[in-house]
Amino acid sequence: MQDRTGTAVGKPIQRIDAVEKAAGTVRYIDDYTLPGLAHAKLVKSSYAHAKINSIDSTEAWKVPGVRAIITGKMFPYHIGPILADRPPLAIEKVRYYGEPVAIVVADHEHQAKRAAALVKVDYEPLQVVNSVRDAFQTGAPLVHENSGQYMKIISNVYPVQGTNIGSHIKIRKGDFIKTWEACTTKVKETYSFNLSDHVALETRSTRVEIKSSGKVIIHTTTQSPFTIKKVMNQFFNIELGNIIVHTTIVGGAFGGKGTVQLEPLAYLASKAIGGKMVKLNYEREEDLITAPCHIGVEATISLGTNKDGKIIAGQYTFLIDSGAYTDQAAGITRAMALDCTGPYNVPNVWCDSYCMYTNHPYATSFRGYAHPELTFAVERTMDQLAKKLSIDPIELRKMNTIQPGDTSPTQSVITANNIGDTLKCLERARELIQWDEGQRLEISNNKIRAKGISTFWKTSTTATNAQSGAILKFEADGSVNLNCAAIELGQGTKTILAQIIAERLKLEMNKIHITMEVNSSYDPHQWRTVASSTTFLAGRAVLAACDDAISQLKRTASIALKCSKEDLEVGGGRVYLKPNPDYGVQIKDIALGYQYPNGHAVEGQVVGHGKYIQRHLTPMDKETGFGKPGPWWSVGTQAIEVEWDTRDYTYKILKAVTVLDGGTIINPATATQQMRGGMYLGLSFASSEAFLFDEGGIVQNPQLRTYQIIRFGEQPVEYLVDFIESPAADGPYGARGIGEYGVIGMAGALANSLSAAAQVELNHLPLIPELIWKTKKEHLK
Amino acid sequence: MIPFDFEYYKPDSITEAIQTFQDIESQGKKVIYYSGGTEFITFSRINKLSADAVIDLKGIPECQVLESLGDLLVIGSAVSLNKIAKSNLFPLLGQAVKQVADHTSRNKITIGGNLHSRLIYREGVLPLLLADAQVKIAGKEGEQVLAFEDVFQQEMKLGPGQFLIQILVEKSYASYQYISIKKTKTSKVGYPVVSLAAIAKDSQIRAAFSGVCAYPFRSAQMEAALNDSSLSIEKRIEQALSRLPAPIVNDIQASREYREFVLINALEDALDALKGAIS
Amino acid sequence: MIKNGSSKSVVKLHVNGDSHEVTIRSADTLLLTLREQLGLNGAKRACENGDCGACTILINGEPMHSCLSLAIESINQPITTIEGLKASNIQETFVEKWAIQCGYCTPGFILNCHALAETEPNATDEVIEEWMQSNLCRCTGYQEIKEAVKTVLQAKTNKI
Repeated sequence: MQDRTGTAVGKPIQRIDAVEKAAGTVRYIDDYTLPGLAHAKLVKSSYAHAKINSIDSTEAWKVPGVRAIITGKMFPYHIGPILADRPPLAIEKVRYYGEPVAIVVADHEHQAKRAAALVKVDYEPLQVVNSVRDAFQTGAPLVHENSGQYMKIISNVYPVQGTNIGSHIKIRKGDFIKTWEACTTKVKETYSFNLSDHVALETRSTRVEIKSSGKVIIHTTTQSPFTIKKVMNQFFNIELGNIIVHTTIVGGAFGGKGTVQLEPLAYLASKAIGGKMVKLNYEREEDLITAPCHIGVEATISLGTNKDGKIIAGQYTFLIDSGAYTDQAAGITRAMALDCTGPYNVPNVWCDSYCMYTNHPYATSFRGYAHPELTFAVERTMDQLAKKLSIDPIELRKMNTIQPGDTSPTQSVITANNIGDTLKCLERARELIQWDEGQRLEISNNKIRAKGISTFWKTSTTATNAQSGAILKFEADGSVNLNCAAIELGQGTKTILAQIIAERLKLEMNKIHITMEVNSSYDPHQWRTVASSTTFLAGRAVLAACDDAISQLKRTASIALKCSKEDLEVGGGRVYLKPNPDYGVQIKDIALGYQYPNGHAVEGQVVGHGKYIQRHLTPMDKETGFGKPGPWWSVGTQAIEVEWDTRDYTYKILKAVTVLDGGTIINPATATQQMRGGMYLGLSFASSEAFLFDEGGIVQNPQLRTYQIIRFGEQPVEYLVDFIESPAADGPYGARGIGEYGVIGMAGALANSLSAAAQVELNHLPLIPELIWKTKKEHLK
Repeated sequence: MIPFDFEYYKPDSITEAIQTFQDIESQGKKVIYYSGGTEFITFSRINKLSADAVIDLKGIPECQVLESLGDLLVIGSAVSLNKIAKSNLFPLLGQAVKQVADHTSRNKITIGGNLHSRLIYREGVLPLLLADAQVKIAGKEGEQVLAFEDVFQQEMKLGPGQFLIQILVEKSYASYQYISIKKTKTSKVGYPVVSLAAIAKDSQIRAAFSGVCAYPFRSAQMEAALNDSSLSIEKRIEQALSRLPAPIVNDIQASREYREFVLINALEDALDALKGAIS
Repeated sequence: MIKNGSSKSVVKLHVNGDSHEVTIRSADTLLLTLREQLGLNGAKRACENGDCGACTILINGEPMHSCLSLAIESINQPITTIEGLKASNIQETFVEKWAIQCGYCTPGFILNCHALAETEPNATDEVIEEWMQSNLCRCTGYQEIKEAVKTVLQAKTNKI
């Protein structure tokens, strides 16, 4: 781990993007236009499952300005990030309500939109698979008839031909069956929630043009520019070198912009009009249901303990509603399995995690990648187990916390270096929520205050070769400029990277400039900006680039100062002699090389480069799950206090607590922002969000008026955030990932607090007052 | 993005508006009156509404009146909901319309627009039903003043080419004790599960509802039950519920059963709030 | 009477103190016109349904969803966009209070806050909530925005 001088790392340095954002002058993707830009609009399926008999675009063509109408026939192939099972435009049949069926390209957006409404599609409705439970039944109608024939893009995906199973991941650790028999206390419960959405304020938007040279230029709202390159190369046969992906600052993503949907559509649209630039901008309704959303889940968990309350066996069955296509849900299915126990030591584990096809909008990654969802189920089970054992919920968690020397469900060995301190997190959260004053208090006639707790962990399930690169260029005034493809999507990543540079080069923050936009043609390769991995991966790459630059600076300075490199130190905008710091040279005088008094020059511009790639990660074994999925686990504890009204079943969230061990915290202010934001996202999901389907699988609430997220004033009255900083040996200055973590325990903590308040087991989301009312009513029957 | 094109007219007077409507209609075009325009814009964007021409009523001075005139409160149809609330001219109406949409939208939404909404809620209706309001209507035959309850039957029943100029309310209604309750699924900004407005007049409760059935209503039968002082509060509510004019709505905001539960609570709250003023 | 046909026409908008000619369809929203004709992109297109507040601008000093107004309705009225509030103390306060993450909702919140500070500097928490509920943020959890708004109002009342 790197030594800290304390100049920048650990300081609440103001975000470098905030001033322009406050001025409203940041340009996001949709903020660019140019004369002659053509516009694309989608014709979308009005059924959840139907055969396409024919498409008639006669009337649509009559709208002035229409230049092209494209159907699935133009590109009758399947694409996908894990399993190639999705045609960009539906072919033969539609599998979800809102699925793209055709594209209309016109001179103006309103023309394209008018024409799109006039394209007549003749559908023959098919039986709808409207839940994971229905999908799992033998003899269920099939969403995909030939899933066994789809191309696998990465390993660890196992579709089962002739069923709706898009993938099945197994964990078999120890001997669950035998141990289960010996358990003295057992609980088994089922949990569920529907698909929901990311609701980034910025809807997805793309512009694509195809140059006569063959270059394909894609401007898009994305977390994964290099994945777009890969997809366009893999499925559209465009040379990698000819694909340029550009993105600006992104207006929120939450995992929803990590996958590839609009770009191939806009590419097809541009191709159809001779390569002219085409813009495809999703309206909110399209962003909610046509674009990929957040999984739904039905989970069943059985936990068994010995007579001391130690968990000795756990069985986990996850039916993940991935909707019509697997997309990232296939990876989420894997992630849900590999961390299925939560941060508890369970020696005997049996887990079946199924990625299920249904006729719902398809799902992709969502902040937390399987963990908010599995943690809700695990932490509800822990509370119900504690009740059965008559043990305090915190005590039960402490007794069972996973410790160095134990193994994870995939039999990865836990060490002091690769996991945070769960016990410390639990203890600190206990203090902050004032647990010991009582979990449930009646404070007046019809008001109850109650608390709920939730512990969580998450490893960063990146690709085993996930990587990042950084280029650091020095200017003639001694300032530096970083190019790195880590994307600024609100999380503050560019500020964090600047702080790491400032710390390493011992340079003032105002001397560090970061290219905010990302362009695949001049930024080094970066896996993606997802999975709470950017501080770790890009941070390490940036450190390496700093070290490279320091070495170059010392080399040039050694010429200027006529000494050896080993004698030199870099800091404060200078390179100087270690034993005599007054003797040195300003970086600005050597940034573009050193010039002798006679005009001769040597060395040239200091350009540091650095890279980092994940080390020693392995895929999971198909039968047992054995493997090493991630470099470390961040752990934490969250807690919620609610005030619940016994008369009308409404509630107010009084306190939300997060204690996270994310290793060294590079910027405590942005880290706190991240935690609060994550808590809010998790609470909004848990308290009010879900798509509602009618019997035909049609989404009933595809607008923000009816798909409600928490508004100003409905957030917790108080957010309490604290960090335990057990340094990660591998991380930059000891940092681990933190981006997703604020979300993870919120649903579990909220459900636990409300279950305590209402004295019923609330095992389904979202926790709207009507659900509590209904559960209570059924309980009293 | 509204996909279709239309003509826009903003007349300066009532006669000009009526004339314009007739002229355009006689050309075989679909023309509609436009006030705040929020519903026209949002419904047109999603292809649920279209027109060849709109006539914006906001330029007509009579539609912008908001004043107390002798014994009457006069509220122009093109006055924004926020202006009505802020004026405090008719506090119950102010409270009721403050529950529509969000604060920023209420700078645009007008009372006339709210009364004509295509959604089932139209919460501005409730106080008008309670206050025996009158409405001044413009048409090619000239202006006429009608009882609101005659014009509003589940929805505004205006003749072709007619539009609402003003709402007229006897000033005394501004002084009765009142309560306005809106209960939603979760967020305050959202369609109501139950919206209720009530006043106490002559020791009797008058109550009107939105969100409960497929249209806003006031029911004499329900009020009779609620005012039956021989019964306990519980029984009064039970009786009132048995006299609902239409089935309780069952939709994505709430199930029928839960809505009934919320309605019972709202009625209890209303009776409790007005208990000193009713028998 | 103001008339505008169903084909494009040129009208004048008064934005941020200046008069600008724009070519519009009657069907063009003010949001679209500000963005595409005047390059004032601070008003964001995020729901076009009046649900999120990202497109908030001021008309006659009142906050409005620019997606819920037609451009043609807005002629002859003073319009203020985020670009017209250069370096106001509200913007500084949002930065200082860490009230900004992805930035997409920020202009809308700042303009709404500006209108509130101008018209009701003594607003109670309840009034602040009523106003600010018109704007959605998906990143921050509202705590920092609430602090920023309260700080802005405090500064305003102290000055008066």
